[in-house]
Amino acid sequence: MTALAAYTTSTGEAVQFWVLATVAVIGALCTILMRKAVHSALCLAGTMIILAVFYLANGAYFLGIVQIVVYTGAIMMLFLFVVMLVGVTAADSLKETIKGQRWLAALCGFGFAILLFAGIGNASLKDFNGLAKANEGGNVEGLASLIFTKYVFAFEITGALLITATVGAMVLTHRERTERAKTQRERAEERVREGKHLPPLPAPGVYARHNAVDIAGLLPDGTPSELTVNQTLRERGQIRDVSSEALNDLRALEQRAADRLERPGSVRPDTGRSGEGDSGSDPVAAAAGEQTEEASK
Amino acid sequence: MNPVNYLYLAALLFAIGATGVLIRRNVIVVFMCVELMLNACNLAFVAFARLHGNLDGQIIAFFTMVVAAAEVVVGLAIIVSLFRSRHSASVDDASLMKL
Repeated sequence: MTALAAYTTSTGEAVQFWVLATVAVIGALCTILMRKAVHSALCLAGTMIILAVFYLANGAYFLGIVQIVVYTGAIMMLFLFVVMLVGVTAADSLKETIKGQRWLAALCGFGFAILLFAGIGNASLKDFNGLAKANEGGNVEGLASLIFTKYVFAFEITGALLITATVGAMVLTHRERTERAKTQRERAEERVREGKHLPPLPAPGVYARHNAVDIAGLLPDGTPSELTVNQTLRERGQIRDVSSEALNDLRALEQRAADRLERPGSVRPDTGRSGEGDSGSDPVAAAAGEQTEEASK
Repeated sequence: MNPVNYLYLAALLFAIGATGVLIRRNVIVVFMCVELMLNACNLAFVAFARLHGNLDGQIIAFFTMVVAAAEVVVGLAIIVSLFRSRHSASVDDASLMKL
């Protein structure tokens, strides 16, 4: 099988090449043109899988599998991990620091491609040997015999390089702890000494209707208590205020009752009275109610 | 079809990657474009191995992959520490050696 695949460039391979090469170039272009880094990473992963197919078609069976396992499996997923860490929503800025830099860069890339094409076109590459003889005893065995004889020193240095890279990554991302971490006992004693919040913090949720973590619990007077929600949500300003929902519901109910009883005249004073009676901050509560309605939409 | 077409494809992918390095501002995308260039070189090596009929090109491509893996690990670690100190992933913001 290897002998046949290596000696002739069959029509099947030609078809495969033209179809997959188109997709690979489109993937590469999408990699550099997509606004978001996640899309770029996914396009690049697609291009790399297609390159793996090309390796297989070229008789590099070991490299084809390694390409899929190492590149698309490990490296691209590492990329995605860092993209998630840095922030998916961060799109590239379109402001040009140097004027006309994009077009100049595109022009340079185009010229570079023409240069490379001209170089390859002028080389005498009319006939090719094929890998049938080299892959005779199996592709992996052939690679292994070369790695462990001719390239054994390069292989050893590769091991050193990998160890260095591992240590380097750890050194770069590790943050030294400057002070000893407090034990649980020390933290408990500190809390008692401060005397502010001895029991655990109150739980979020209102009236057993909303138990989402981003909804602040209500104090007896109806105002939301920021203490009940997570500090991260508090700092991001992602707290939903539903304290006025009950009042709005009551008001809607009264409105409906008034409509059914056909007493249009008595609606306005009725709701106005209930609003004043329940809490002093009626306009504020109404505004908050509108906000929550918008958020729920 | 002559396998030289693989070389043309590799050249095209390399040029696209180089253009991306010049155009893009996001560090991660720039790094991805560098990876694309490395992959294009690998394709050229594998195609040359077939043209010449020996496995040396594949060995070089294999070493390129190992080096690329090490490079990605260190590069992404640098990006993460850069992002921690500057809260930005744009190459324009990293214009000073110190903070």
